[in-house]
Amino acid sequence: MSVDGFPPRSPGRARVGADAFARLSDDDLATCVHCGLCLDACPTFRITGLETESPRGRIYLMTQWKRGTLPFDEEQVKHIDLCLGCRTCEGVCPSGVPYGRIIEAGRADVEDQRRPSLKRATSRVALRQLVGHPGRLRAAGAAARVAQKLHLTSVARSGRMLPRLRARFRAPAGNIAPAIGQRKHRVAFLVGCVMPIMYPQSHDAAVKLLQLAGCEVWFPPGERCCGALFAHNGDLEGAERLREANMRVYEAGTFDALIVDSAGCGAHLKDFYPGLKGRVKDLTEWLAEVGLPEPKREARIRVTYQDACHLVHAQRIKNQPRDLIRALPGVEWIEMRHADICCGAAGLYSTLEPDMSNRILQQKLEDVLATHADVIAVANPGCQMQLEVGLRAHGSAMKVEHVSEVLLRGY
Amino acid sequence: MPLPQPVAEELRRIVGRESVIDAPNDLRIFERDGSIEGAVPDAVVLASSTEHVSAVIKVAAKHRIPVVPRGAGTGLSGGAVTIRGGIALQVTRMRKILAIDPVAQTALVEPGVVNQELSLVAAQHGLFYAPDPSSQKACTIGGNAAENSGGPHCLYYGVTTNHVLGMEVVLADGSVHWVSGDAPDRVGLDLCGVLVGSEGTLCAITKIKVRLLRIPPSIATMLAAFPSIETASQAVSAVIGHGIVPAALEMMDSVTVGAVEAHYHAGYPTDAGAVLLVEVDGIAESTRELMAAIGKILGENQGYAIREAQTPAERELLWAGRKGAIGALGRIKPNYYLHDGVVPRSRLPQVLSAVGEIGEHYQLPVANVFHAGDGNLHPNILFDLRDRQVLHQVEAAGEEMLRAVVELGGALSGEHGIGLEKSAFMPWIYNPDDLGAMHRVKDVFDADGILNPGKIFPDPSRKSVHLAGRTGLAVEAKWW
Ligand SMILES: Cc1cc2nc3c(=O)[nH]c(=O)nc-3n(C[C@H](O)[C@H](O)[C@H](O)COP(=O)(O)OP(=O)(O)OC[C@H]3O[C@@H](n4cnc5c(N)ncnc54)[C@H](O)[C@@H]3O)c2cc1C
Ligand code: SF4
Ligand code: SF4
Repeated sequence: MSVDGFPPRSPGRARVGADAFARLSDDDLATCVHCGLCLDACPTFRITGLETESPRGRIYLMTQWKRGTLPFDEEQVKHIDLCLGCRTCEGVCPSGVPYGRIIEAGRADVEDQRRPSLKRATSRVALRQLVGHPGRLRAAGAAARVAQKLHLTSVARSGRMLPRLRARFRAPAGNIAPAIGQRKHRVAFLVGCVMPIMYPQSHDAAVKLLQLAGCEVWFPPGERCCGALFAHNGDLEGAERLREANMRVYEAGTFDALIVDSAGCGAHLKDFYPGLKGRVKDLTEWLAEVGLPEPKREARIRVTYQDACHLVHAQRIKNQPRDLIRALPGVEWIEMRHADICCGAAGLYSTLEPDMSNRILQQKLEDVLATHADVIAVANPGCQMQLEVGLRAHGSAMKVEHVSEVLLRGY
Repeated sequence: MPLPQPVAEELRRIVGRESVIDAPNDLRIFERDGSIEGAVPDAVVLASSTEHVSAVIKVAAKHRIPVVPRGAGTGLSGGAVTIRGGIALQVTRMRKILAIDPVAQTALVEPGVVNQELSLVAAQHGLFYAPDPSSQKACTIGGNAAENSGGPHCLYYGVTTNHVLGMEVVLADGSVHWVSGDAPDRVGLDLCGVLVGSEGTLCAITKIKVRLLRIPPSIATMLAAFPSIETASQAVSAVIGHGIVPAALEMMDSVTVGAVEAHYHAGYPTDAGAVLLVEVDGIAESTRELMAAIGKILGENQGYAIREAQTPAERELLWAGRKGAIGALGRIKPNYYLHDGVVPRSRLPQVLSAVGEIGEHYQLPVANVFHAGDGNLHPNILFDLRDRQVLHQVEAAGEEMLRAVVELGGALSGEHGIGLEKSAFMPWIYNPDDLGAMHRVKDVFDADGILNPGKIFPDPSRKSVHLAGRTGLAVEAKWW
């Protein structure tokens, strides 16, 4: 164990990219034809109306840095900082620009160039300390404190805004939850870092659904945080070290699929863990594939759904959660306008860019409240926290639930 | 050249500190639109109201600084490029839909409202806004009005000018006026008709009143494959020769189909030489009958793998493929260059084979995706700007293609406007007298040449019409 509670770096590995902007790939950047079709899909463009806060503008900026046609200018890094990393642009880009890969590389390159900042350094250390180290998160106490420590939310500074912390999610004895009925599949389940503490009920429901679908669920012992929050914030080395540790754990077991119920983690595992290729599945993706038994109960609720950026844009999973929810008897479904546009949570973003995050949230809430739904379903803890905070501040009684909880209402 | 500080200060006082951008490195990000031209503005000013637009233009007029209105910057003729420097007057923050009147079937919008957003909101009243440029996800109604944009469904419904009832505009002296109004017939001198399509050279548009149409009760969409682009063009002529005007009639060649399939998986047949996308709308019985008739004609003209979208989702997917087509070409090469020349429909087969030969001659891949029903070509020449040698070839090929269009009795642009990229070719179709008449109109509105200078009219001060010879930082920076 190294000082920061992090798996040690494997020996002999050189720090990626000694020269400037080496991680950014010119070929990736060149896939942008500058057509502008992505502009209005971008939450920060929708608010500012500025090319510099648009996907096309950010790509143009990084391209020029990469090619040395614009000098690196500390002032311009704010355009990169203001990007949510929501990848909505990637979903609408017909040219197939790998924006997620570009912005991760760009951020990592920028971190090498810019002056260090106390705020960013603190959040990185906090991240490594807490998320990278399984014991500490648990000790952090109340939900709001966890959120604060993780810098996941700024709006939630006062603990009142967030739900009370429940008992942490625990894997069953023997690290196995058996299939209900005939065993048809064996799946591994990503417990992760934030979900088991902030939203244990989502995990509970997810595991129950998997069991109902005939899956034996294995909880890989010794599994760490997947590293998504690190990669999204330009700490690629931190993410690589976690990947190495986790791959050793996964390689020691056998499973048909690794099930993930947090969209951000799922997207990261699919992109960043080539060793798991094809076996990482979002919960809804998997349930749609293997099928759930007939529901037994009527749900009798009006439900809408907020796409998680890392599900709909990064993993292109749009219909599965909707179809599963709509198949529940008694559900009155209402599609929300702009459902696939980010809510402004975006991992550490809401702390680092609280002003923009809040403006995006306020715009989102207009669409959310207009649905008059009883429950808004989500697929990622970040979205859940952001919407809970926003709805409470508006005095709304609408509930925010993970898709798994909504689905379990049918059983 | 940066704006003199006092002028920048004046502008800041009008729109607020945050809304004037003049940091040189930031300005570089605003040097282009959807085309490949580039020139850096001296400042970007974000207006939030008609008052802002008017006051900014007054300042510019006083100091003789060019003003170029800018929407989403999806234009394909360099219209929003500040070729003479000056102020890029961005209206993207003016994005309120001010009113929808479901009874009169009209909407009053600010210029920054995104085309598709208007149709989304109008749909709550069972209405839609008909002109649907393929860029509708991002382009603005103001930009549409300035370019008199078309779209796939304009074959039947007509282009933007047929749907604009009236506009609030700011002239080159900063004065604010309403042109036309509610009446379908524009009474008196049709100023609205003059200003729609003026490409930002006569006025800045600050409000637009548009007509909305009732969403048709039934829509049917059909896809058909053809062995070659010529046979597909023949089929287009045959359909229209039978007196049928579909709502939309779009063609894509095999290069385009390959790129589109890779992204959308819309089920386009990738073995075809060309595909046609045909749509009809109306009441259910008539769409059924029309589709049957069209299907028969297409079959008789070597069409195969003919299929109709069975669900709205399937229809949407077919259209997503078509509307994302130009962008999808980035999968083949990182840059495209296109002229949207338009020919009489009967000349389509001839002009398309000429386009093909020119592409072959220059050994450049060409992807055709276009509004076949209107005879409106979009031959996209595909290349990589990083290979600087190729640019001259690209220009030469583009120019020859446009020349072929004109020789077959066609026009320079069907919908993208003349802007920067086609201004040098204006003398091909207009004699000096015609151009003189246009100049006099420009002088009436903007004698000092404040509004979007250097566009539409050929620029005698520029020695070369060639892109590579043009100024702008994009070139200096070895962007090409
Ligand atoms: C992938 C792709 C597909 C396209 N498909 C089509 C198509 O099917 N049909 C079609 O017609 N076009 C198409 N276009 C071209 C383009 O989208 C249209 O010309 C569109 O109307 C431009 O709108 P914009 O908001 O992006 O305007 P900009 O590009 O910002 O500006 C275009 C011109 O309008 C002027 N202008 C903008 N706003 C105002 C205003 N408020 N007042 C006065 N002048 C103004 C500018 O000065 C400039 O000259 C396509 C473009 C792309 C990239
Ligand atoms: S990212 Fe894609 S959609 Fe956006 S401008 Fe580039 S090519 Fe077009
Ligand atoms: S990731 Fe999101 S915020 Fe960033 S450029 Fe793309 S759409 Fe905009």
